[in-house]
Formats: sequence, C-alpha cells, structure tokens
Amino acid sequence: MSTRLRRAAARWSVLVVVVVAWEVAAKAVPSPFFPPPSAIAAAGWRAWFSGPWLLTDEARTDVLPSLARLLGGWALAACAGVALGLAIGRSRRTSDYVAPLLAFGRAVPPPVLAPVFLILFAVGTPMQLATIVVGVVWPVLLNTADGARDVDPVKIDVAVVHRVAGLRRLREVILPAAAPRILAGLRVSLSLALILMVVSELVASTDGLGHRLVVAQRSFDFTAMWAAIVLLGVLGYALNAALLGVERRVLVWTR
Amino acid sequence: MAPMLEVRDLVVDYGDGTRVLDGLSLAVARDEVVCLLGPSGCGKSTLLRAVAGLRPPDGGTVLVRGRPVDGVPDGLAVVFQDYGRSLMPWSTVARNVAFGLPRDLDRPTRAARVREALGSVGLADVADRRPGQLSGGMAQRVAIARALACRPTLMLMDEPFASVDAQTRADLEDLLLRVRREYGTTVLLVTHDIDESVYLGDRVLVLSPRPAAVVDDLTVDLPSPRDQITTREDDGFVRLRTRAAERLRYPDGAPETPRA
Repeated sequence: MSTRLRRAAARWSVLVVVVVAWEVAAKAVPSPFFPPPSAIAAAGWRAWFSGPWLLTDEARTDVLPSLARLLGGWALAACAGVALGLAIGRSRRTSDYVAPLLAFGRAVPPPVLAPVFLILFAVGTPMQLATIVVGVVWPVLLNTADGARDVDPVKIDVAVVHRVAGLRRLREVILPAAAPRILAGLRVSLSLALILMVVSELVASTDGLGHRLVVAQRSFDFTAMWAAIVLLGVLGYALNAALLGVERRVLVWTR
Repeated sequence: MAPMLEVRDLVVDYGDGTRVLDGLSLAVARDEVVCLLGPSGCGKSTLLRAVAGLRPPDGGTVLVRGRPVDGVPDGLAVVFQDYGRSLMPWSTVARNVAFGLPRDLDRPTRAARVREALGSVGLADVADRRPGQLSGGMAQRVAIARALACRPTLMLMDEPFASVDAQTRADLEDLLLRVRREYGTTVLLVTHDIDESVYLGDRVLVLSPRPAAVVDDLTVDLPSPRDQITTREDDGFVRLRTRAAERLRYPDGAPETPRA
C-alpha cells in the first residue's frame, strides 16, 4: 500500500512542480494574459465555491447547466449507441446496409454540426443536447457493434443448446461479452462530450461554462477565463476517473 | 423402443461446398457410452453439431428417441472442448451451472439443482468464484456440471478432455463414468485419443478421414467400473486399442506393404 502511495505521490509531484514553476514565472514577469495559478484558483473559488452551501449563484448558472447538458447528452447517446450498436452488430444484413452510412457519419467532425443544430433547434439546451448526442454517439455505437459482432460463436452455441434466447441471451451473453468494448466507447464519448458541451456553449448560449469563458474573454477578465479552463480540465479528469472506477467494478472478470 | 440416437445417411456440406459428412449412419442405444474415434478434421465435431440441432443436415436424418431433430432436442446437453470459450467468464460458477436450467423452475429448486450438480463434480466449495479463478480441470468440471444440472438423457461431448493435462484427464474420465451412471445419461463422446475411447466407451466407432464413415464398430467388453491402472493393463484393453489403432491408421483394411 505504501509503495502505491509513494508511486502516486511521485506521479503527482510533476504536476506540482509545473504549477509552482508557472507561479514563479508569472510572478517574476507579470503579464495580464498569464495570471499566476494562485490568482486563478482564488478567482475560481470566489466565483463558484464561496456560496452559503458551497456553490454560489454563479456556479448555478455556469457549472450546473453545463454538467446537466454534458451528462444528459452523453447518457442519451449511450442508450442510443448501445441499442443501435447491438442491432447492427448482431445482424449481418443490417450491418451490411448501414456500414457506408456509419463510415460517413463517423467521419464528419462533430463540432461542425453545432451551426446546423443552431438553425434547426431553439438557441439553448435543445441545440446543445443535439450537438452533444450526435457528436458522441459514434464511439459507443461502433464499439458496441464490434463487441456484439465478435461474441465467441461457442458462447452462442451454448446459449442455443440451453435455449437461452431473445432478451435473456442479450442480457446474459451478448452484453457482458461486449461490455469491455462498450465501456471503452463510453469513455471516449465522455471526453468528446465535454469538448462538444463547451463548443456548443461558445456558439450560442446564455449560461454554462462555455458561455462564462466567452464573457470573460470579451471583458478582458483573463483570470476568470483561466479559471473556467482549469475547472473544465478538473471536470474532465474527475468524470474520466469516475467512469474508470465503474469500469473496474463491471469488468472485474477480465482480470 | 427406439434407440436414443439414430443417424441415417447424414450428409453435411461446408459453405464452400466441401462435403464433410457423406452418408454417415450410426446408432446409440439408451444408457450407452459411445466414443467416436476419428482423425482430426474428419467431421466428428460437425456430426455432433448436427445431432445437437446446431446445424441442419444437407441430407439424411437424425433421430433422437425416434423423433427427427429439428432444433435442439429435448433432454440434450453438450460439453464443448474448450472450457475457456464455453463458460461465461463474467458469471460465477453457480450462475454458469444454472445457465441452462429451465426457466419455470422456482428459486429453491434451481439452487438445489446447482448444488447437486456442483456436488457431483466435487466443486461445491467454489460456487461463488468465477471461471477465470479456477484451474483448467476445475473449469471443465463446471462445464460438465452445467450439462448435468439439466438432467440430460443424452449428453454430447466434443473432445471434452483435450485441453487438460494427463493427470487431470484421467481424473475427469473417471468422474464422467461415475456421474453418467448416477444421472443415467447416454453419452456420445468425440475424441481422437485411442486409449481414452476404449477406456470410456461401451462401444467405439472408428471413423475414416473426411468424409467420415464408420469403418469399425468395436464393442468394449471390459469389466465395469473401470480403473485407470488395472483396466489399462487388461489384455482385452490392449487388444481393443491395437485394433482401434489399426483401423484408424488403415481405414480401408489393407495395411501397406512395407517398403524394401
């Protein structure tokens, strides 16, 4: 245990060194564009976490809408991706027909769809959700289809011989067999969802972290801008770590 | 009474048109252990798949208890060669064994059946582990327990002991003979191991290379229960294994003339 702790400390020490170096450099050569980390942290704390119940009103308009869009869009994409992926992966004919469509859909860079959805939907959450869902559904869909297609045929034989069919076969054989790939797809999608959440909020929004970023930039409040960037990084890290934790639990059997 | 299994003029082709089985016929009586002994790639596994209803024949008929096979026959269980592929690694041993139980059984009955099956293969204490945490021999016993839990009347086994070491293999052979007597199960077992076929079988059917045909039907008249040491040194055992080896080697019955 102590070796593990020491290793973790060694890894994190690099980050600490970088932050300290930045602090020293920013203090030595003051620049309005590169505020010291201490100032960024203080600004972020003041803006979001100094409220009576930890969160300030600003946090309620910056962080919570962003989080809701991110997680909502990702969850919708996950459900759609898994369902479609299973259908495509388990049916040779479906997969033959839709393969070119998938290849094209996956090749379109997701952020370019934001302007399209801006026209199609109302400014605000529907447009942002659509951007996130359509952008992040691909890794889940393609990974699920691969995982479902590659289920060991012997396991399918076992299911057939034991008359395990339909939903039960899906739940007890195909989904668990595809789970490692599905989870890998979910992780890629989650980081992609964070990017698209910000992009969609940059384009047209009245709240959220992306909006906060644009407002800060336009009012030359670079410290607040950096604070939003740092918070986005922390958010991405925390979400990924949480999903990794889930993955480790679900996939115990692979180790 | 109709035999447990009857295969008449079975024809099976691969997708590319290769004929794997060309008019194969055989019968297995109730309560018999019949070993199919044949060279690799002769179509033994294909035959089992046709009997299990996993592959529709391209010609001929398969009858289980007198009824033509159309889909998986009732009372049938299969033990596949590779436990690593046939067990569900994400489920516990107990859940793996319960996998094939009829869905209309209530919980206590299911639990009792799983306990009973695990007990008869000597694995009662690993019910909560996962297959990946077991040795190869133990994992294959789980696969056998899964088959037994269904109380099969006919058990098909596709080289069930080919993936374990020799000592484990001997243990599993004895285990199979014991449990199949306890459960009153008819067994059709595919193997390419001559000694194993004679040791386990009431009869040994020797198959020719592809397309497989039965070239010999050996009745094994060795005393039961069999024993890994004494049975294997019995004169009858040695005679039978020599005969089986000969027929396997020279399916046409004409040994080549030794070269000068």
